[in-house]
Amino acid sequence: MHQSTLAQLSAALESKQISSEELTRLYLDRCKKFNESLNCFITINEDEALEKAKQADKQRAENKHTSLTGIPVAQKDIFCTNGIKTSCGSKMLDNFIAPYDATVIEKMNAAGFVTLGKTNMDEFAMGSTNETSFYGPVKNPWDSERVPGGSSGGSASAVAARLSPVATGTDTGGSIRQPASLCGITGLKPTYGRVSRYGMIAFASSLDQGGPMTQTAEDAALMMNVIAGFDERDSTSAEQPIDDYTEKLNDSIEGLKIGLPKEYFSEGLDSNIAKIIEDGIKELEKLGATCKEIELPNTELSIPAYYVVAPAECSSNLSRFDGVRFGYRCDEPKDLSDLYTRSRGEGFGKEVKRRIMIGAYVLSAGYYDAYYLQAQKIRRLIRDDFQNSFKDVDVIAGPTATGTAFKLNEMMDDPVSMYLSDIYTVSVNLAGLPALSMPAGFVNKLPVGMQLIGNYFEESKLLNIAHQFQQATDHHQQIPEGFE
Amino acid sequence: MEWETVIGLEIHAQLATKSKIFSGASTTYGSEPNTQACAVDLGLPGVLPVINKEVVSMAVKFGVAIGAIIPERSVFARKNYFYPDLPKGYQISQFEHPIVSRGNIEIELEDGTTKTVGVTRAHLEEDAGKSMHDGFGDNTGIDLNRAGTPLLEIVSEPDMRNAKEAVAYMKKIHSIVRYLEICDGNMQEGSFRCDANVSVRPKGQKEYGTRAELKNINSFRFVETAINIEVERQIDLIEEGGSVLQETRLYDANKNETRSMRSKEEANDYRYFPDPDLLPIDIEASFIEQIKSELPELPDAKKQRFINDFNLSEYDSGVLTAQKEMADYFETCVKAANGESKLSSNWITGELAASLNKANKDINDSPVSAEMLGGMVKRIKDDTISGKIAKQVFEAMWNAEGDADAIIESKGLKQVTDTGAIEKLVEDVIANSPDQVAQYQAAPEEKQGKLIGYFVGQIMKQSQGKANPKQVNELLKVKLKS
Repeated sequence: MHQSTLAQLSAALESKQISSEELTRLYLDRCKKFNESLNCFITINEDEALEKAKQADKQRAENKHTSLTGIPVAQKDIFCTNGIKTSCGSKMLDNFIAPYDATVIEKMNAAGFVTLGKTNMDEFAMGSTNETSFYGPVKNPWDSERVPGGSSGGSASAVAARLSPVATGTDTGGSIRQPASLCGITGLKPTYGRVSRYGMIAFASSLDQGGPMTQTAEDAALMMNVIAGFDERDSTSAEQPIDDYTEKLNDSIEGLKIGLPKEYFSEGLDSNIAKIIEDGIKELEKLGATCKEIELPNTELSIPAYYVVAPAECSSNLSRFDGVRFGYRCDEPKDLSDLYTRSRGEGFGKEVKRRIMIGAYVLSAGYYDAYYLQAQKIRRLIRDDFQNSFKDVDVIAGPTATGTAFKLNEMMDDPVSMYLSDIYTVSVNLAGLPALSMPAGFVNKLPVGMQLIGNYFEESKLLNIAHQFQQATDHHQQIPEGFE
Repeated sequence: MEWETVIGLEIHAQLATKSKIFSGASTTYGSEPNTQACAVDLGLPGVLPVINKEVVSMAVKFGVAIGAIIPERSVFARKNYFYPDLPKGYQISQFEHPIVSRGNIEIELEDGTTKTVGVTRAHLEEDAGKSMHDGFGDNTGIDLNRAGTPLLEIVSEPDMRNAKEAVAYMKKIHSIVRYLEICDGNMQEGSFRCDANVSVRPKGQKEYGTRAELKNINSFRFVETAINIEVERQIDLIEEGGSVLQETRLYDANKNETRSMRSKEEANDYRYFPDPDLLPIDIEASFIEQIKSELPELPDAKKQRFINDFNLSEYDSGVLTAQKEMADYFETCVKAANGESKLSSNWITGELAASLNKANKDINDSPVSAEMLGGMVKRIKDDTISGKIAKQVFEAMWNAEGDADAIIESKGLKQVTDTGAIEKLVEDVIANSPDQVAQYQAAPEEKQGKLIGYFVGQIMKQSQGKANPKQVNELLKVKLKS
């Protein structure tokens, strides 16, 4: 049962093959059993989950349910959950019990999902390996010596190990797609503004976007039907009506024009990865797609631009963590300045501090024009590059990450290498486009993801292509050894 | 050396919305600490601001009223600094792209001439909370009820040359925002306060001197004294060979001095950048047109109309129109007084204003309504009572003894206009005052006017002020001749 997809679990619940309580207990047992080794949960909500599952069974009995009522889910610990610890992977919020639900959580609760727990993540979503978490690194179920990627590493690891059928993630520079790639699951970063950011603890407000992390594209579509949509509490959320994301899943992709950016297949890419992506593209061609090389000439500027914009916004977003109203407060502060410096000094980890300092620097008087404004200009160039491409092609395909999962500690002392590994993902956030990573094969028994980038609000198209790909391949059905 | 003072004001007007600028929490003043601070005001992790559209209309209204440029697009920016009563660690304000751009304000100077003061810009921002230092031992208490209250910061050009001009400007802005009903103007509660940038330079010099910024002044009187004290301090300093530092200073009304809060070196680098949580505000021309068409009559226009329609002096009209409620009171009063404007004006700016002032009451809380005062003026006009008796009537109305007619009736204050009765009074007085009569009759004509006062006084005394003074005078003149 734990190998089932959302769609299959929905059918099993509907046919009364299993109750939500049984299902929830089954997953909770797996969570408890494997969390010791994987560390993918910060909090497991056993009691609340079982209570919710019982309610779900009651709702089903009374015919007051949705098709997803009673299905377990793992929530990234960046989403505020009413009455449940919401740590954002940081010591700073280790004592923080959110007094309200994020919009995404509210919508999932309303749809009847049962929250198993809150997943581990890089501290404040800053990191590509999940090693910056205050709660220790998450392990990749494909190889316990390796990281799951980040920042949504806990969610990726949990879904890959089938500790939860689906999970939520957030993506500021690749934090859904890269761990999805490294853990062999499907992850969708929607168009900026498609999923409400209300209650999602901000890292970089103009880049952050929540989305589904699932086994299949179909599951991602089902989750999108729940979480997408305008939210009046988020001024940057899009007022555009939402699709039924499952509607086009079975459409043929005959005649689809795929763009292959030559910059994504250049020397930086591991040849084994390149081979897998090329095979994946051949698979799409077999399904009727045609390919064309395109250029995204400003790709290499995306990393420096991203590492100006994201830290700038984070330096301001994280100012509210000052030890005054909530979160970590240092012991016996001498005075106000001591309260600030020690609370923040002791409450934040190294990577977070690094980014706050970079951000404060690029916004400071005398540097603002040279860094922040320049980065905003690059951002426009990158967006224009994509828009030009979409005149010729329907979708852009390429690798999600430069390699397979890193070894633990491999990146910790080399932040710049870690930053550079985001090269295929960050430009999508800078442009605000939707993009998806789907399992495309394995290198040395480690999963490799293929990224599909669509035009604004074309999530349905991405999910359609991925679903068609998954109908023809079985990479997404592979389960790591020991977790079958 | 002769010195010239240069003053610019930054006025913070709290916009009179029911809810806050970025949250649904109430803006009511004076509630229990932290009872009007929601998750957004507390800056909890994950919350987001949503602009209160009413605030945008109010700012545009102000811009249109002062003939300012309203840019098509304005942008919220974050002003980053740490302070315990600033929950997010940044204040949402506007920086490069304010909602109101260049406009003008006309002020009247003491010599009766007018002067134009430029308004550089007006921008929207959220207020911070309040730190409370009493009652928490060594700690500081934080009240976030005020956090997120909408403010319009109105920044002037350095166009004012003395404290009186600064006060006139501040009063004018106060009058305009109240006319527009976008700010209650309550200065005790801090709804209307200002920072003054003050510098001095030798007369004739083009460059500005180094300025000091006087923070958070919350009364017209304090603006005047604070500026004067600061100007004196700066001139003394320079004349003694020192130089003025660019710094922020605090005016202490108790000690009547300004003192340094922080110098330029200690000033924050606010690291402004556009707030990514909020979309830019786009203002369409049609919206501005709509606001324009809904604009109420403003103080300058009203003043001119009062001069034209009511035949008032420039001064009286200015006094009556400075406050919208006062102008409304006047118009209602005139109507009730069958159009008698001059007497109405005199009574409002005289007796009523003095009584209100003495009782520390606002015109809105006047115990004598405009209708009541008008009713009394009507009775002066139709000779039912004299101006002198009217004072008694007014006092009785103030003490809630009824309207003018009822008081006149119950107290028997009706003027005696019966010629026979008056003639009797006149004759009695003449009969009882032979010396004064002889003196009067011996006096040359030009002195008689003054001497007749004695007889009038006696008669008024006898009649308890009710005899019609005009009739008394005429009759006396005739009777004393013979």
